[in-house]
Amino acid sequence: MVTTLTPHQRAFRSTVALKALMALTGLILIAFLLMHCFGNLKLLISAEEFNHYAHWLKGEGDAGGMLEPLIPHGWFIWIFRVFMLAAAVLHILAAVVLWRRAYNATPSNYEARKKLAQTYAARTQRLGGVILGALLLWHLLQFTVIPAQMAGQAGEPSSYVIFAFGQWYYVLCYAVFMGLVCLHVRHGFWSAFTTLGVNTSKRAEKVLNVLAYLIAALLFIGFMAMPLAVLGGIVS
Amino acid sequence: MSENLMSLTLRIWRQPNAATAGKISEYKLAGVSSDMSFLEMLDMLNEELTVKGEEPVAFDYDCREGICGMCGIVINGVPHGRGNSAVATTTCQLHMRNFKDGDVITIEPWRATPFPIIKDLVVDRRAFDKIIASGGYISVNTGAAPEAHANAVSKLKADRAFDAATCVGCGACVAACPNHSGMLFVAAKITHLAMLPQGQPERPLRIKTMIGTHDELGFAGCQNAGECAAVCPKEIPLDTIAQLNRDLIASLFNRAGKSTAAE
Repeated sequence: MVTTLTPHQRAFRSTVALKALMALTGLILIAFLLMHCFGNLKLLISAEEFNHYAHWLKGEGDAGGMLEPLIPHGWFIWIFRVFMLAAAVLHILAAVVLWRRAYNATPSNYEARKKLAQTYAARTQRLGGVILGALLLWHLLQFTVIPAQMAGQAGEPSSYVIFAFGQWYYVLCYAVFMGLVCLHVRHGFWSAFTTLGVNTSKRAEKVLNVLAYLIAALLFIGFMAMPLAVLGGIVS
Repeated sequence: MSENLMSLTLRIWRQPNAATAGKISEYKLAGVSSDMSFLEMLDMLNEELTVKGEEPVAFDYDCREGICGMCGIVINGVPHGRGNSAVATTTCQLHMRNFKDGDVITIEPWRATPFPIIKDLVVDRRAFDKIIASGGYISVNTGAAPEAHANAVSKLKADRAFDAATCVGCGACVAACPNHSGMLFVAAKITHLAMLPQGQPERPLRIKTMIGTHDELGFAGCQNAGECAAVCPKEIPLDTIAQLNRDLIASLFNRAGKSTAAE
């Protein structure tokens, strides 16, 4: 292939640059998950606390929104949503391009294949990501887009959550969802920092891997604590 | 260790040329000594095939001392056949004592689009030469060696450079990679030159041209799975890839290669 691009342009279009984009957007998504998880735990204090927090995030009612009055009433949530959507879209686009390049680089599969180093999380990163995307749409539909139509009382976020997690099969589905999230985060966290060039020694490799397991475990426990408390009747 | 004779079932990828589809053929081989190297075992099979008037199995090798990187086949799903052994090895240094009587061994070529199969177990690895030619060198005028104390290199950097420089370019990393990425190979060369003073003038341009060529040749991206480092006969560490990533990201903020067209 004859190319007229300069080396600089080719570097910007390279797999490594794409992976850096993927790493950055992935870390933004992980930061969001940590914040989301923290917010969910407010239901353990009380339904009022949780609702107040939810209204404040959206700049609804008299709670006053985030970054007010710097940003006008109700604007923050939309700026934030566009930012998160952009991160997710860029993350997925980078994944699609890299996936296609990997597919093209594979002429045929081995008759025998023995895996020596890769973790289950690494192997399922792509397909897991696709499943996560679908589950995320369902999650957004239920709790953000049409929560009031699903169940609970309009304008009272705690009621949607308490209704959903009052059912064991729903908590089970949610546990599977969170398990997949944490699996993705486990490989993603380590991989993102490696891609950004932090993994420069055997020691760094160990630290990053331990941190990745810790973050994944923290997220799983943090996200499951509230649904289990609702199911167990501790929160009502 | 006393010699031990064994009978093996070999499942070998046979493909007459690049244009014809290949398939696995099974061969029985008796009287294989545990002291033989893996390639000697294939030599033995080829002698039997030749006597029978069949086409011998084509495979690559040169030094048979584990230093040239020419040999390379996938043995039971692992490039160079290290398996679960703690010892890193090239195919030629793998010995039959790692197998036992009655074993079934699957033998395949490297599989990656940038490494097309030439015949049987032989693949065309010239893509690696193209990557090196695009930037894996330093441009200096030769002459007397500089005074050793003029440019002090820290022990840590020297060690890292030498460890990375042991890469023999066999391509096992690409063969083992789930994505067929050539990152470990490029990373070894990048790290080797980036740690030393001689490598500095061309450092930002080198990473751009080498990665550009790597991608253009059809090698894919790294997923940080770690399979490459696990099969590398020279044990090039996975952290060299982080060095490559770091250098590439840094180079995006550098003007090198902005005005010249890529060759």
